[in-house]
Amino acid sequence: MAQMTMIQAITDAMRTELKNDENVLVFGEDVGQNGGVFRATDGLQKEFGEERVFDTPLAESGISGLAIGLGLTGFRPVMEIQFFGFVFETMDGIAGQMARMRYRSGGHYHSPITVRSPFGGGVKTPELHADNLEGLMAQAPGLKVVIPSTPYDAKGLLLSAIRDNDPVIFLEHMKLYRSFREEVPEEEYTIEIGKADVKREGNDLTIVTYGAMVHTSLRAADELAEEGVEAEVIDLRTVSPLDMDTVIESVKKTNRALVVQEAQKQAGIGANVVAEINDYAILHLEAPVLRVTAPDTVYPFAAAEDVWLPNEKDVVERAKTVLNF
Amino acid sequence: MATKTLEQVEGHFEMFQILNEEGEIVNQDALPDLSDEKLQELMKRMVYTRIWDQRAISLNRQGRLGFYAPVAGQEASMLGSQFALEKEDFILPGYRDVPQIVWHGLPLYQAFLYSRGHFHGGQFPEDVHALMPQIIIGAQIVQTAGVALGLKRKGKDNVAITYTGDGGASQGDFYEGMNFAGAYNAPAIFVVQNNQFAISVPVEEQSAAKTIAQKAVAAGIQGVQVDGMDVLAVYAATQEARDNALDGNGPTLIETMCYRYGPHTMAGDDPTRYRTSDLDDEWEKKDPLVRFRKYLESKDLWSEEQENEVVEQAKEDVKAAIKQADDTPKQKVSDLIEIMHEKLPVNLQQQLEEYREKESK
Repeated sequence: MAQMTMIQAITDAMRTELKNDENVLVFGEDVGQNGGVFRATDGLQKEFGEERVFDTPLAESGISGLAIGLGLTGFRPVMEIQFFGFVFETMDGIAGQMARMRYRSGGHYHSPITVRSPFGGGVKTPELHADNLEGLMAQAPGLKVVIPSTPYDAKGLLLSAIRDNDPVIFLEHMKLYRSFREEVPEEEYTIEIGKADVKREGNDLTIVTYGAMVHTSLRAADELAEEGVEAEVIDLRTVSPLDMDTVIESVKKTNRALVVQEAQKQAGIGANVVAEINDYAILHLEAPVLRVTAPDTVYPFAAAEDVWLPNEKDVVERAKTVLNF
Repeated sequence: MATKTLEQVEGHFEMFQILNEEGEIVNQDALPDLSDEKLQELMKRMVYTRIWDQRAISLNRQGRLGFYAPVAGQEASMLGSQFALEKEDFILPGYRDVPQIVWHGLPLYQAFLYSRGHFHGGQFPEDVHALMPQIIIGAQIVQTAGVALGLKRKGKDNVAITYTGDGGASQGDFYEGMNFAGAYNAPAIFVVQNNQFAISVPVEEQSAAKTIAQKAVAAGIQGVQVDGMDVLAVYAATQEARDNALDGNGPTLIETMCYRYGPHTMAGDDPTRYRTSDLDDEWEKKDPLVRFRKYLESKDLWSEEQENEVVEQAKEDVKAAIKQADDTPKQKVSDLIEIMHEKLPVNLQQQLEEYREKESK
């Protein structure tokens, strides 16, 4: 076991798979000699060579086209989009092409591609770096969308993502890259994609969340506990497909639920979670399922992040509305 | 200064031709080394494809085919280039480029199923190295850079070839794909079939560039403009591009100057709205079949009898293929769910059960 930050756990997962499988290729803008703008691929080119870990020209659509073509010739591409706000340049490559490869060829071809990309607010990035665009991805049939919130989850989920024979979007929250360390096994292990994790147990309220909001929700749960309310915090870990079994089981126990996301209210995947709870647990609900989200504006100018991003006060307040309904 | 530069660049992209409209060799030095049998095979394929195109248009009008993009006029461009490939070269076709993948090995009935919209049309046989026709114009270009790099990294002596039209050369992916292949020195061939129109928009409205071939300069790769109605010129240019790529000299952009005699697609396009009959007449004189027929006849390699045999064979094959397409089982929602992922996610597992239940009733 070693103490690792999330970014170290991510590097460790890539190193593991580069070692395990000669078909794994890691590429993107500045991921080679530079080791990535966040050092996620630090040292990998030196260890595995320029044929395995390499830079690309500056063109996101070209990068996903490269991944698709390499996938068709037997490679297992792990491509990086420097910031997920740049995904618009390659929406066709991801949602229009790799997501549909298996289906449109009737299973003859497939796209064993992992798309890694940083996103997320709280670190005062310039425009279109921090936007939460997982909702766009979650709407595309053929994609799985994974968002880890801890170093341990990041390693196990990234190993699963790379080994998956269909495309996986792996979104890495920038604020979580180095915000804390955690014990991460040095040996390989996997975490099943599509499985949520109960990060805190409780009987009074279910908080369903993902990404940086997992930690916001855990802090809010601590505050609620001081007032005698025990919240159960579920980290979805995969936002498409949703692990509704874990969520429904919890809601049946607590009879109350709150969904917390960093994305705007009209975006993200919170509405999907609410709809599923309504479908499968309405008779167990003592109150409507409410949401904590960002406002429906464009992602804020950096100096306005503090007033715009959802925080633990928002979660506590909204939780009380559900509890006192 | 700048004006001079442009003239100098354009001067490098004069059209490459071997056979003129009368079927005479005008460029003996460039004549490809093809046996009599191969020359006859090329002619057979062009005649066969012309008949299949006529039949496909008619079957579409009868409602027995779906989406169809006519190919008459482009036989030399499509088949001359495919003829220069090896079996394990990988083709990434556009939506009009069904003939290339059929001659690369895709059974005709599967091409018809693709036209109708049936998933079995995309279940290519193992030994057919090609993708399904690409509908998103330009996507095939960036993917070609990836396939070409993959072939190179796997140590294969093969190329990736892709096709788009004159309109497609305005897409961002067109430039990205060529540029990536150039940067990685990958064995790729990019063919732009310049049939003068992107639906109703003439090529002059796509770009101020005098040729599409010169766009290769932006990627730092080889570029050549070829008479796309001259099957020998298209063959020779493709073969040279292939040899060059495998010698490690990088990708080539080939612009074939051609024409589609029919509409853009069979989905209600009416070319009389945007094309003059004078223009049609001008290009009909350049018909790739007419000039190659004259050439072969002058060498005593082609007769009316041989041609009729091919015509009858094509008609018979089309009939048999349509029958085989008709006999293919109808698609069920459960089939469509099953081809989404290797291992179905939980939402689809649930929906699979629901649809299986419905389908069993």
